[in-house]
Amino acid sequence: MFGAKMLRAVFATVGVLLLGLAQSAAADSVNPQADFKAFRDYFTKRFPNVPLNDFVNGPYSMDADLRKQWTAIEDFPPYQFALDKGQEMFATPFKNGKTYGDCFANKGIGIRQNYPYFDDKTGEVVTLELALNRCRQANGEEPFSYVKDDMAALTAYMAFTSRGKLFDIKIPNDPRALAAYENGKKYFYTRRGQLNFSCASCHVQSPGEHIRTEVLAPALGILAAMPIYRSEWGGMGTISRRFVTCNSQVRGVPLEPQDENYRDVEYYLSYMSNGLPISGPGSRP
Amino acid sequence: MTKGAKMRRFVVGLAALTFLVPAAARAASTEADFKSALAAAEAAEKDAGALKNQWTTTAQALAAAKKAAAGSDFATAVKQAQQAEALAKASIAQAKEQETAWKEAVVH
Repeated sequence: MFGAKMLRAVFATVGVLLLGLAQSAAADSVNPQADFKAFRDYFTKRFPNVPLNDFVNGPYSMDADLRKQWTAIEDFPPYQFALDKGQEMFATPFKNGKTYGDCFANKGIGIRQNYPYFDDKTGEVVTLELALNRCRQANGEEPFSYVKDDMAALTAYMAFTSRGKLFDIKIPNDPRALAAYENGKKYFYTRRGQLNFSCASCHVQSPGEHIRTEVLAPALGILAAMPIYRSEWGGMGTISRRFVTCNSQVRGVPLEPQDENYRDVEYYLSYMSNGLPISGPGSRP
Repeated sequence: MTKGAKMRRFVVGLAALTFLVPAAARAASTEADFKSALAAAEAAEKDAGALKNQWTTTAQALAAAKKAAAGSDFATAVKQAQQAEALAKASIAQAKEQETAWKEAVVH
């Protein structure tokens, strides 16, 4: 009898230990769907009066006065020059006679919502900015700077042709894609710089709050309006520019534009915005 | 220890590393002292670079150290180099701490 009791106790202990290990493994496993639900729930519960699609309007979804200024500014949008330039560039053939449209599905029209994507041939995340420069290089042209000017103009036009289309980022069941997603998530939540801030410190923990005169945007939908005209910059900027300046603002040395970490965090954030409409190009204070 | 207490300890540690410049810098400094301090700072900054976690303030302190040395102000040069080393080491500590600590901030 004592032996049977002892055996039962041993089995129970082993069972508890195995359960603990299983839970620990589950906590460490990569589960984009569960992350997506938790992320969406967090923002919709915290801001119950903000319509879901309005999150793509960033600080304007958080602050009524700022929203009034923005709607007035949109009568003569400050990104219009870039948009016109991008449209012209997009239609102008390279020296070899081909165009940007030849590099993309649907001739590059209305496809912004599908970027970034995971390329299973190269095993890496491909952003729209990266795809545009690869298109140029494949056609014998020099790549553009990733942060502003020509790249901002091209992405502005491509975003404009995709306005209203819903983010549709795929994370294939491929360990490399899941690793890229997880790396992006890690980058997003990692504190850096002398100020010891993460992306999440501002855009998850503090959306709607002020940093000096700026209203912090929610992370949900935060890339939908890119590229943007920022008054602070006095011009247009791409997603690359936004990441670089975020790092600098917390006194961290930025990575090179389109560094793997930046592409992965764009992948993570865009996936979190699945189902939300593209609204770019946009304007921000 | 609570998360808040851990963070406070980390921030206090950073502040201490940043501002507590060793007493050696206050003594008369030579070019050799500067070269030694600069080598230590640059080695630490290289390690921070390998972790992709350098701080802009480290680069500023290194630049200030080199500028002071170029003007033969070795006391300032050594002080700035030591400041740079302290900042670089703090950025390394941050990267190592965040290697796992980032998970605590994830929305669940």
